[in-house]
Amino acid sequence: MHALLTSLMPLRLAVFIECVIVGVCLLLMYAVIAVVMIFMERKVCAAFQCRLGPVRVGFWGLLQVPADVLKMLTKEIITIRRSDRFLYNLAPYIVILASVLAFACLPVNKGLEVLDFNVGVFFLMAASSIGVVGILLAGWSSNNKYSLIGAMRSGAQMISYELSIGLSILTIIVLTDTMQFSEIVARQADGWFLFKGHVPALVAFVIYLIAGNAEVNRGPFDLPEAESELTAGYHTEYSGMHFGLFYVAEFVNLFIVAGVAATIFLGGWMPLHIAGWEGFNTVMDYIPGFVWFFGKAFFVVGLLMWIKWTFPRLRIDQILTLEWKYLVPIGLANLLLMVIVVVFKLHF
Amino acid sequence: MVVILTAIALVAVALGIARAISPRSYNPQKGEAYECGIPTRGRSWMQFKVGYYLFAILFLMFDVETVFLFSWAVVVQELGVYGLVSILFFLLILILGLAYAWRKGALEWK
Repeated sequence: MHALLTSLMPLRLAVFIECVIVGVCLLLMYAVIAVVMIFMERKVCAAFQCRLGPVRVGFWGLLQVPADVLKMLTKEIITIRRSDRFLYNLAPYIVILASVLAFACLPVNKGLEVLDFNVGVFFLMAASSIGVVGILLAGWSSNNKYSLIGAMRSGAQMISYELSIGLSILTIIVLTDTMQFSEIVARQADGWFLFKGHVPALVAFVIYLIAGNAEVNRGPFDLPEAESELTAGYHTEYSGMHFGLFYVAEFVNLFIVAGVAATIFLGGWMPLHIAGWEGFNTVMDYIPGFVWFFGKAFFVVGLLMWIKWTFPRLRIDQILTLEWKYLVPIGLANLLLMVIVVVFKLHF
Repeated sequence: MVVILTAIALVAVALGIARAISPRSYNPQKGEAYECGIPTRGRSWMQFKVGYYLFAILFLMFDVETVFLFSWAVVVQELGVYGLVSILFFLLILILGLAYAWRKGALEWK
């Protein structure tokens, strides 16, 4: 496509148009993922609670979420009088920026990713941790006590669990010796890291799932927006589309967590291969890579939703104890175990 | 760069459309903070529990450590046993730090 554009017009214009196309594709995918995730959440939640979920709007409720988006657009945007206007308006930008940056790193198919650095995983973690700033700003600038408490809880929880995410990802990087996403996926051609790294990889995967769930403020760790005590947490004072942006970012962050889990533990877009079963492997190769990626990512999303709708909410001290007294020591020990496995070549 | 602009454009366009088509009405009650219907008392920008601050400091220490570990993790396969032994000392100091904080009661939520 680059060649076609450059043959038609000067180089700068061609590059500009390519950038626009990439941006529009990214936006479309971001929006579609958000809509699918919200719909899935509602349906999964309904299934766990023996309800039907949305069924009225469109066939099987399929148009419910687009209708909600339209409704959200027509709602008035209210800013309360004593809030800090500048920070209040800045917060959604930062939250969305963090999640779009992280989203752009995910390798969907062979050669199909927007950002592919040699420090990809590291960049993704750095980008997604900007989101904490946005949430803290939102809570602080609202000048509402519920928002402030929600934001503080959220901040403490997200920065704590980021450590565990970092340690479990480190465990896999020790095994791959690269941080580039495309390379990480390519190394899993002969077996996913979950199987290749056996015990330490499995432990890292479980730690990652727990920490990832806490990182996006969901499931048993949703006390930053515990409805019964804090109304809506850090976005209490946001209305209409302002709130919608926080909501979307939250769901896409869940997808990013699942996508990263799928990429570094479950082999990204690599098909499932079983050594020795030639016919099986050939059939698996026919399924395109993006189907594998989305299949794995949504499998992990389903797992996280299952956890969310099964466990009761934790208290803040329980959350911090779980992180600092259990997950961090286990993560460090697991990292050492993985290094020993790698150095003495005990992996498959 | 493109991605950053995309993100900013997403928010700006969404808010722009919302502002353009949403109704607007004025009511002094709307400007008040929502705290379950009772009138707000005092400001929210006040002294806050110090526990959060403690955990933030702890996090800072460990996060800087993970940054160092990342660069080490990439080359550990080439370094082999040497890399393992040298990182053991690094991790030992860290674990001592965590143990110290634990012992001091910094991990308790009071």
